[in-house]
Amino acid sequence: MARRSGLGAGVVAIPDSTATHVVRAALRGKRFRVGDYVLQGLLLLTLLIALGVLVVLLGSVAVHGVPVLKQRGTTFLTTTNSTFPFLAGVKQGIIGSLELLVIVLIFAVPLGVGAAVYLEEYAKDTRLNRLLVTNVRNLAGVPSIVYGILGLIIFAEFLKPLTGGLTVISGGLTLAVVVLPILIITSSEALRAVPNSIREAGFGVGATRWEVIRSHVLPSAAPGIFTGTILTLARALGETAPLLLVGALLGFFSPGNLGFWGQLRGPYTSLPTLIFSWSTQPNPEFRNLTAAAIIVLMAVLLTVNAAAIVLRNRYERKW
Amino acid sequence: MAQVELSTSARLTAADLAGNAHRRRKERAIRVAFLSAAGFSILVSGLIVLSLAGKAVQFLTLIHPSQLLAGGWFPRQESFGMATLVAGTLIVSLIAMVVGTPLGLGAAIYLSEYARPRVRRIFKPILETLAGIPSVVMGFFTLNIISPRLVQFLFSGAYLFNLMAAGIGVGILITPLIASVAEDSMFAVPGTLREAAYGLGAKKRVTSLRVVFPAAISGIVAALILGISRAIGETMVVAIAAGATGNSLFTMNPLNYGQTMTTAMSSLAIGSDAVGGGKAVFASLFFVGLVLFALTLLLNVGANRFVRRVRRRY
Amino acid sequence: MSESGEDMDAPTVTRSDPAERSIHLERAARERPTELPDDAEVVFEIKDLGVSYSGVRAVENVSLNVYENQITALIGPSGCGKTTVLRCLNRMNDLIDGARVEGTLRYHGVDLYEAGIDPVEVRRRIGMVFQKPNPFPKSIYDNIAFGPRIAGFKGNMDDVVERSLTRAALWDEVKGKLKTSATALSGGQQQRLCIARCIAVQPDVILMDEPCASLDPIATLKIEELMYELVSDYTIVIVTHNMQQAARISDRTAFFTVGIKDGGHRVGTVVEYDLTDHIFTNPKDPRTEDYVTGRFG
Repeated sequence: MARRSGLGAGVVAIPDSTATHVVRAALRGKRFRVGDYVLQGLLLLTLLIALGVLVVLLGSVAVHGVPVLKQRGTTFLTTTNSTFPFLAGVKQGIIGSLELLVIVLIFAVPLGVGAAVYLEEYAKDTRLNRLLVTNVRNLAGVPSIVYGILGLIIFAEFLKPLTGGLTVISGGLTLAVVVLPILIITSSEALRAVPNSIREAGFGVGATRWEVIRSHVLPSAAPGIFTGTILTLARALGETAPLLLVGALLGFFSPGNLGFWGQLRGPYTSLPTLIFSWSTQPNPEFRNLTAAAIIVLMAVLLTVNAAAIVLRNRYERKW
Repeated sequence: MAQVELSTSARLTAADLAGNAHRRRKERAIRVAFLSAAGFSILVSGLIVLSLAGKAVQFLTLIHPSQLLAGGWFPRQESFGMATLVAGTLIVSLIAMVVGTPLGLGAAIYLSEYARPRVRRIFKPILETLAGIPSVVMGFFTLNIISPRLVQFLFSGAYLFNLMAAGIGVGILITPLIASVAEDSMFAVPGTLREAAYGLGAKKRVTSLRVVFPAAISGIVAALILGISRAIGETMVVAIAAGATGNSLFTMNPLNYGQTMTTAMSSLAIGSDAVGGGKAVFASLFFVGLVLFALTLLLNVGANRFVRRVRRRY
Repeated sequence: MSESGEDMDAPTVTRSDPAERSIHLERAARERPTELPDDAEVVFEIKDLGVSYSGVRAVENVSLNVYENQITALIGPSGCGKTTVLRCLNRMNDLIDGARVEGTLRYHGVDLYEAGIDPVEVRRRIGMVFQKPNPFPKSIYDNIAFGPRIAGFKGNMDDVVERSLTRAALWDEVKGKLKTSATALSGGQQQRLCIARCIAVQPDVILMDEPCASLDPIATLKIEELMYELVSDYTIVIVTHNMQQAARISDRTAFFTVGIKDGGHRVGTVVEYDLTDHIFTNPKDPRTEDYVTGRFG
């Protein structure tokens, strides 16, 4: 191929020199590298497997569960558990899970956000404070069933006068302790994301540390803290193991006519506990029930997750 | 809030700069409040150890050490073979890692190095959703799909309740965890490092595997250790998929049914052993819990220390 | 050196004949003291100030006096401690972990670092404008109102806001949109907003840490004009790595440099401190002369 020389009026074709040929060939290289594409394909495959699992899972749950919901409709949500699959509903599970969530909210959020504020805004880099951070990280890795033991001994036994023993209050406190480390970590990250220049500006006009935190840091970090809280709550919603040690019941129980406060100090269960209980039942009818209950649980979870993502995108601000 | 008087008559004194005592006291009180919130986390650690220690030690006094070496875990029959539980935990965790590591790291490398922003925006939420699947749901999936259609399909000798299926289920459960931690770590590798590699003529495959991956190795190892730790601590998937009876003979065969430390604990909790089988049975719950806690604590401390050591070098 | 007329012409710096070895400057309209007035009020009396961060010396042997209603500039190459010294003046270094301050720092005769002094109160009286404009992510109004509010001001906030913005030469540009976000303003406007925010708590001193570093030349000029306006009511100390800016606007200049100590690490110190005219036309120390004539730095 010849070069074109654009000199003025005429376009003269100048034959390529050998040097040009050599350079061009070298630059082209080997266009088709098998190894590269194979790797990319393999990697994409792993991602697709993950996606595929999700699809199959949701699919099988839908196949088994949707007929039940179609057949039973909202009564599924409003009837209590039973040994007979045709009579069993998730009402007690839903009530229990909601009560647990509220208790977790009340206890875990102030403690978690408060600890994060201390670690990020107040703490100097001392040994004690580094110990605090390490401790939180270690707590985040403790298996949730171990927290169940804490719940059993401390909340259900030691604090029995306050909690009433193996009640939903003890269960809620246990779950609060389970999610506390994660809440601290996500809140810390949200606080860390607030640019330091904002704090300096506040100090520069003579504000105290709390005034800077209250008026500027917390409002800026609020969206991040909020989404972190929601995701943590979603995680708490799905937890089962610790509750098994703190009294969540697997079978049918009647709360009796104790009224709201009395019922709080009585037996309880949660939606995931019901799912666990039903999935271990030999009666094959319960398999469909389990699937239906899973649909209810997943519906709640997906809504919560979606809400968190939407809110995060809406409030994510650029400085 | 008058401007500071600069006339010679009123000189500034230290008292003027002492500030508002009430405001200062309020600040101190608020600081203490936040400190206590942070201190609560240390209280939790203490309470965990406290809850475990007492009855765990009591358990050891109630039994003869030889019972710990029994050939199976049948707590109600006074057979407390810890090897059974450890073997079960080991098998499930190993299989989980065999499943979770390639899936997790593969997804991480792809999302970090290859995926276009649009692809990334679709797949990251999917990974996050996968991460949010409760373990009971995965247990159901394991028992009803993985076990019959995969494991029993491949291995004709397998029971419906088997450790391999449980391991696969746990592996899927920990994949998003490994993927997100590893991906964050690789994404954080500065672009200048990649550019240096490309500048030397390296192709993407070489760059990803030989440059970025090693640079992010601390985060990747941390991801794997977190994965193992989570796998060891997982309860519900195994409880549903590997049999919830709470008893098992010692086995190293993943196609068999078995018990892990966590499922043993949950079975002990559900059963009425507190009243029934005697104090040793109930106390065994705490002993197993203590072993489990110590194991995961060691792993996590090791992981943090590893991350810190390599990060300093980087 | 000639005094130009009332107009604020763009200052020029011309290099004279190399044999002369001095810089000619055209100064702005403001009267510059060529001698030290007898009754000049000392706002800051700094003696042997030294600062270390986590045990590592950053700055040492700084001694100088800052006088009332004057612009004092701290100049020198990067990393020689100018900002460190500036941040000592309003105890902002307290916010840095491991920062230790030695020596004496008196503000109107009071030792700023003695026990019982509340840094919050200090910062109310000694305000600061930062290198990169940092308005709060709130409305223009709320930016200005924040300082007075926390200081306990109970009067007419609208007045305070208007007065501060007027004084900072920003009122006309934003008076119709006080409730809009401050971060939507241009860089130069944001910096003037920060100055207004600083003024709103009625400080005595305004510290400026390279306030024009991230601004374009026109915005820079506006800020310099503002400084001329403000200095009649406030004392201004400015850190700048723009030598010509210091020559243009300041009354006194301190030249910092960095020396290598035995340990191999760098420590900043003040080489020379004098009236700006002297520093730029007749420096005593050869290092100063090298810097201001552009031989290095």
